[in-house]
Amino acid sequence: MAKIELHNIAHSYLSNPKNESDYALKRIQYEWEDGGAYALLGPSGCGKTTLLNIISGLLIPSEGQVLYNGREVTALPPDKRNIAQVFQFPVLYDTMSVFDNLAFPLRNRGVRETDVRIRVLEVAEILDLTPFLQKKAAGLTADAKQKISLGRGLVRSDVAAILFDEPLTVIDPHLKWHLRRKLKEIHDQLRLTLIYVTHDQVEAMTFAEKVMVMYEGELVQIGTPQDLFETPQHKFVGYFIGSPGMNFLECTLHGNIARVNGTEIQLEEKTAALGGNAKGKLELGIRPMYLEVHDKAVAGGIPVTIKTIEDQGSFRIITLLLADTILRAKLPEDKPIPDKHAWVRFPPEKTRLFAGARLIR
Amino acid sequence: MGLSLQNVDKIVGRQIHLKDINIEFENGTRNIILGRTLSGKTSLLRIMAGLDKPTQGKILIDGEDFTGVSVRKRNIAMVYQQFINYPSLTVYNNIASPLKMSGVGKQEIDRRVRETAEMLRIEKLLDRLPAELSGGQQQRTAIARALVKETRLLLLDEPLVNLDYKLREELRTELQEIFSRREAIVVYTTTEPTEALMLGGNIVVIDEGRVLQTGTTPNVYHHPATLKVAEVFSDPPINYLHGVADDRCVHFGENIQVPLSAHFQNLPAGKYIIGIRSNHLFLSRRDSGDTEFKARVELSEINGSETFTHMNHGDAPLVVQDDGIYPHKIGAEISVFVNPRAMFIYDENGALVASPGTGR
Amino acid sequence: MEKWESNKAWFLVLPVFVIVAFSAIIPLMTVVNYSVQDIFGPGQRIFVGTEFFKSVLSDSRLHEALWRQFIFSGLVLLIEIPLGVLIALAMPKKGGWVSVNLVTLALPLLIPWNVIGTIWIIFTRPDIGLFGAAINGLGVAFDHTAKPLDAWITVMLMEIWHWTPLVVLLAYAGLRSIPEAYYQAAKIDGASAWAIFRYIQLPKMRGVLTIAVLLRFMDSFLIYAEPFVLTGGGPGNSTTFLSIYLVKIAVGQFDLGPAAAFSIIYFLIILLFSFLFYQALQNVGKGEKV
Repeated sequence: MAKIELHNIAHSYLSNPKNESDYALKRIQYEWEDGGAYALLGPSGCGKTTLLNIISGLLIPSEGQVLYNGREVTALPPDKRNIAQVFQFPVLYDTMSVFDNLAFPLRNRGVRETDVRIRVLEVAEILDLTPFLQKKAAGLTADAKQKISLGRGLVRSDVAAILFDEPLTVIDPHLKWHLRRKLKEIHDQLRLTLIYVTHDQVEAMTFAEKVMVMYEGELVQIGTPQDLFETPQHKFVGYFIGSPGMNFLECTLHGNIARVNGTEIQLEEKTAALGGNAKGKLELGIRPMYLEVHDKAVAGGIPVTIKTIEDQGSFRIITLLLADTILRAKLPEDKPIPDKHAWVRFPPEKTRLFAGARLIR
Repeated sequence: MGLSLQNVDKIVGRQIHLKDINIEFENGTRNIILGRTLSGKTSLLRIMAGLDKPTQGKILIDGEDFTGVSVRKRNIAMVYQQFINYPSLTVYNNIASPLKMSGVGKQEIDRRVRETAEMLRIEKLLDRLPAELSGGQQQRTAIARALVKETRLLLLDEPLVNLDYKLREELRTELQEIFSRREAIVVYTTTEPTEALMLGGNIVVIDEGRVLQTGTTPNVYHHPATLKVAEVFSDPPINYLHGVADDRCVHFGENIQVPLSAHFQNLPAGKYIIGIRSNHLFLSRRDSGDTEFKARVELSEINGSETFTHMNHGDAPLVVQDDGIYPHKIGAEISVFVNPRAMFIYDENGALVASPGTGR
Repeated sequence: MEKWESNKAWFLVLPVFVIVAFSAIIPLMTVVNYSVQDIFGPGQRIFVGTEFFKSVLSDSRLHEALWRQFIFSGLVLLIEIPLGVLIALAMPKKGGWVSVNLVTLALPLLIPWNVIGTIWIIFTRPDIGLFGAAINGLGVAFDHTAKPLDAWITVMLMEIWHWTPLVVLLAYAGLRSIPEAYYQAAKIDGASAWAIFRYIQLPKMRGVLTIAVLLRFMDSFLIYAEPFVLTGGGPGNSTTFLSIYLVKIAVGQFDLGPAAAFSIIYFLIILLFSFLFYQALQNVGKGEKV
C-alpha cells in the first residue's frame, strides 16, 4: 500500500526550457491517498501521460520530488517502485502462454515456483482468465489481453499502485462496460491505489472516486464526479465535463439580475453578491440538463427559437437560439417539446457565474 | 437512384465476411453502418468504394453496374480512422491533391481549397505539414481532402475513433452540418450506438457479416426487430430476462409478474424474452403502474449527474441507468422499478413481438 | 471490365518474364543440356546421361571444396548474425548520431566485391598494410599468402567486415519497429536485459532475422570474387571454395560437362538448405508451448 506525494513537480521535454510554454507539466502538487481510485482527465497534450510516467518512474521530472510513503523515489526506476502500469494497447510476451505471462514478474523477482503458481491461479480467477491459462497469449481477444496486462500488475503482492494509461482505447464499447466493472470490483476487493489516465469523461467519472482535470500541464480541479459536475471551478471544467458541455453566456450584473443581451435572468443572492466584486469578463454558466424548456411563457421564462432537435435514444438534445447565442438543453425521452417557439428558464440554484473564466462562489 | 448493393457476398477462404447484403442508399442521405468490431463494416465500405470485389452480387450506382469497376473510376472519397495525409505536402497541397489530379484549373483549386478549409476550420493551418498538427487537425485535413472533390459517394470508416472524447463531440456536430449541405451519399461506420444516434439519418445494423435491420436511426432504435439489434444498438447493453406468458400475465425473472396490457395485451401464451433498456429501469417509483422487483447491487458507477447501478437479479445481470446519485453498497438488496409500457417482448428466437409505442 | 483488367495485368508482367527467361531460365536449360551431353565441338555431341554427375560426385577435391564451403558458411552465420544483432542493439535509436551510424555502417556494402578483395590484400601485407605491419610488428608471423590458417583468418575478417552491416541494418529496422510501451512494461515487470532480449526483442525480430539468415547463407555459399581476388584459392587449395573450384573446372580445364553437372548440384544444395532454414525459423516462432 502506498501514499504517493508529488512536491512541486514540473517537467519540460526540452533541455533548456525558457518560459511557461516550454513546460509539459507546470505546477503539480498533490497527495494520493492510499487505496483510492483516481482519474486524470484531460484533452490530448494536457500532460496526463507525462504525469503518469513520472509517478511510475518511467520518466524523471525536470523539477520536484516524488515520494512513496514519505520516502523519496524521484530517481528510482519503475521496478523498484512497487507499481504496475497498463498501457493503451495490450503489451504481452507473445511467445509465452497466459500462465507464463502472469508468472513473469514474479519469476523475475525470484519468487518460489510453488508460490508463483498459487498467486497466478488466484489472479486468473479474479480476472476470469482461468480457462485460458495454457493458451498462447498472442491468440486472445483484445479485452482478454488487457486483462493479462492488468494481471501482471496484480500478481505482485508488493504492488502499491496500479497506473492505467487509457487502457480501454482498443476495446469495443460493449466490452468496455465489462472491463470497467472488473476494475471497480478489483478496487473494492483489493483496495489498491488506482490511477487512471483518460480523455474520456465517462470512463473517468464512472471509475474514480476523485477526478483530477488537467489542462495544458496544470491541475485545474480535483473533486468527486459530482463536484465537477455541479460546481466546476473553471470554465474549462464546465466545458469538458458533461455531454454536451456547459452553456456559457456573456452577461452584466445588476444587483441580483444578470443581463444577457437585454433579457434578464435571476441569480441566487449569494452568487450575485460575490459577483459584484469580481474582476474579469462575467459569464453565466448552466448545464444543458438543468436548462428548463417550456412550451409557454412562465415566470422567469425567456423566449427562444428552436433550431434542431436530436433524438438520442434515452434523451433529446435541443439546440436553441437565445438572441445571438446558441444554447443546448438536454431533455428526457418522454418530455414533450414545443414546435418552434419555446421559453427557457434558468433555475437560480443551478446557474453559475464565472468571472475571468473562474467560478464565483 | 443512389447506391444499391444486391445480394452481395464476400467470402475469403472459409470465412464469411459478408452475406446476403441488400442495401439501397438514396442520393443526399446520411447513412450509418453500426456494428461491432469484425462485424463486416470495413469490408462493406471497401466493396462500396471499389477497393475490393464482392465474391458475388452487384453494385449499382444510379442504375449502372459498377461491380467490377476499379476505385479510380468511381467517383468516391474516403476518410480513414488513422488520419491519412500525404506527409510531405502542406495542408493546402493535401487538400488540393485530388483536384490537381483531375486537372482542375489553378484558380478554381484555390477557391475550393479555401472554401473547404474554412468549413472545417483549418483555414489558418494551410501552410503547415501534417506532422506539425494535432490529431484533430490532421483528421480535419483528411476530411477536407475527401470533401473538396464533391464526389457522389463519401465514405467514412470510424473517422473519429482515434480522437479525444470532446473533440469527437465537436467534430460530430460540425460533420452533421457539413453533410446536410451536400448532395453526396454519406456512409459512416461506427461501433458506438451513441454516435449513431447523434448523427441521425438512416442506419444499417450489421453483425457477423449480415444486415440485421435498416431504417431511420430513431426508428430502428425504438423498434429493434430482433434482440441482437437491441444488443448492438444500445449503450449500456439492453437488459433481458427470460419469461413465459399465460392468458393473464407475463411471468419473468424471479417471480416478476406483469398483467397483459398496453402493447402486449394480446400476447399469445408461450415463452418469451423481455428486453428493458437501462434507462427504463429505475431505483424509485415513478408511476403507480410501475412493477417492483428486487435485485442485488454488484457495483455503482457514478457519472457526475447519473448513476449506473450494475445488479444481479437471480443469475441475470442488469444495468440500471438513473438520473441522480445513488451510491449503494455492494451486496445490498434493493428495489428496482419498471413500467410495463417500456418493455420489449421478443420470442424465443429473438424476433420482436411487441414494442413500446414511443419513437418518432 | 473484369476480364480486361486481368489481361492488362499479364501484359505488364510480360517484360519481366522475358528478362527472367533470358537471364535465368534459358541459361539454366543450357546448363542442364551441357550436363548430360559430352560436347567435343559443334555438331559433335554424345548423350552421356548421368556420367558427368557420377564423376563429379566422386571427385575427392570436390568433396574437400564442399566441406570447406560448409565450414565457411557455418562460421559466417555463427559470427555475423549474433554480431550484427549486438551492434544493432548498441546503436542509438534517436538523435543526430543515428544517420551518421547508419551511413558509416553501410559503406562496406557499397564497395565492388573485387575491390574489397584488393583492399584486404593491401591491408594485410606485412610491408605496406596497416593490419599486416601491425601484427607482424607484434611478433606474429602473419602471412596469408603462405599459411592456410592465416589465409582463412583473412578471408573471414574480410567477409565479416563486408557483410555484417547488412545484418545490422536488418536487425536495426526490426528493433525500431518495437513500440516503446513493451520496454516500459518490461521494466515494470522487473525483467533483466537478457529477459527483454529473449522475450521481446528476439521474437519481434524473427521476421528480419529470417531474411538475414537466408540472405547470408545463400550469398556466402556462392562466394567468389572476394576470396578469389584475395587468395586465388590458395595457398594450395586451402581457400578454394565451391564456386572457385567450379570455375577452375569450367574455365581452367574447359571441362564443361562436369562443370555443368556440378552447377546443377550446387543449385540444388542451396535450394535445399534455404528451404530447411526457412522452415526451421518459421517453427521457432510457433513456440515452445502450445
